[in-house]
Amino acid sequence: MYDIKNIYQPKSVGEALKMKNEHPEALLLAGGSDILIQIRDGKLAGSDLISIHSLEELRGISLEDDGTILIKPLTSFSHVTQNPLIQKFIPALGDAVDQIGGPQIRNIGTIGGNICNGVTSADSASTLKAYDAILEISSVDGIRVLPYADFSKGPGKVDLKPNEILTGIRILKDSYENTYGKYIKYSIRRAMDIATLGCSVNVRLSDDKKTIERLRIGYGVAGPTPMRVPTAESLATGKLISEQLIIDVATATLIDVNPRTSWRATKEFRMQLVKELCKRALKAAINQAGGTI
Amino acid sequence: MAKQLITFTINGKLTESYVDPRESLLDLMRVDLKLTSVKHGCDVGECGACTVMIDGETFDSCIYLAIWADGKTIITTEGLTSLEGEMSDIQQSFVTEGATQCGICTPGFLISSLPIIESDKDFTREEIKKQVSGNFCRCTGYQNIINAIEKTHDKRKAEGLNHK
Ligand code: FES
Ligand code: FES
Repeated sequence: MYDIKNIYQPKSVGEALKMKNEHPEALLLAGGSDILIQIRDGKLAGSDLISIHSLEELRGISLEDDGTILIKPLTSFSHVTQNPLIQKFIPALGDAVDQIGGPQIRNIGTIGGNICNGVTSADSASTLKAYDAILEISSVDGIRVLPYADFSKGPGKVDLKPNEILTGIRILKDSYENTYGKYIKYSIRRAMDIATLGCSVNVRLSDDKKTIERLRIGYGVAGPTPMRVPTAESLATGKLISEQLIIDVATATLIDVNPRTSWRATKEFRMQLVKELCKRALKAAINQAGGTI
Repeated sequence: MAKQLITFTINGKLTESYVDPRESLLDLMRVDLKLTSVKHGCDVGECGACTVMIDGETFDSCIYLAIWADGKTIITTEGLTSLEGEMSDIQQSFVTEGATQCGICTPGFLISSLPIIESDKDFTREEIKKQVSGNFCRCTGYQNIINAIEKTHDKRKAEGLNHK
């Protein structure tokens, strides 16, 4: 038996928002692969929970009229990977979440839970950052829209008020159109392990495939929160593709990152990974986009 | 906490149970329904010993609330044997290939193998390894488990027995 004080079971998003307003201290239970484990651990023992697990209206991925891809937050990792829209337009995201845990965890874990728990190692986070995801956050007072870039507030902290629920993750057409991405995860084990470092790159090339029109690079575990590296990104804009450019971009990533030493890896090793994974992911993304190095 | 009535299909049988909202699906399987093939290992989603199939996907039942099972279709290893208790091909293959020793991981591996052996797609050994990467075995060294799954898949495919 889990040590749960109260568990509320809303039947709709509207009801869930009301319950979250009445019980702001209650934790939202989506897939449970973080919260239930922390209850077992004792860290969250005795918590009040609001189980939104069964709210089907918060699952699924769709294309909106203007070409925006809407990912509902309770979509499981495996459903993100298998989704035809993701496979066609943002395969790097499907690949990223396909490297989380093992199959059972990917079937229960949700993409919304992954970003709302705010950890820097969340495999979906660097790719969602790199595609400028936009979050829809709801409460009884209404809906607010927030760039994912502004959501992270610190390790394990996100900009979510006690009465709010994440209800949508959007990727605009301009973010994915004609854009090719690659996520690389470095971890000690290939399965059932969290990232020592994760790097997600996406690139848009000029029509003649010789110049980088736009580059976006997201990282996990390169700092206290998932992050982008604006210095390296802007350095690449409008530049001719070359081996040297890739080295320059990879070197420039080090200016913005701030990894730390943990039992998994030292700061120095992570700095090495920041640079090396950027090189590899950038090369792969350029190749996919039809460019040659 | 007040118990709640849920309805679900378990190994082909429509079932109703009163469950405590704090109860895991693992407890519902083992304690309430006496389906003891579902093993109690780590209790935190690491080992896969408690794996069950829910609506065609595999889940660790230790980190799945019993109340979530309402309306779902669940399969455990008990559901693989015939009504007379005869083993299915994948179970026999685990025996033949020496893919089971102490046996505590075996039911979980059997359930995790279903998405492979029920598919007529071809799988590389790497893909099989990935599909069972959420299941730990401390005895066999995995090779025989992969062999058992691969052989059952190939045999079913040759005989046209895969459903999907
Ligand atoms: S007992 Fe459920 S994963 Fe170990
Ligand atoms: S047979 Fe003993 S753990 Fe697998």
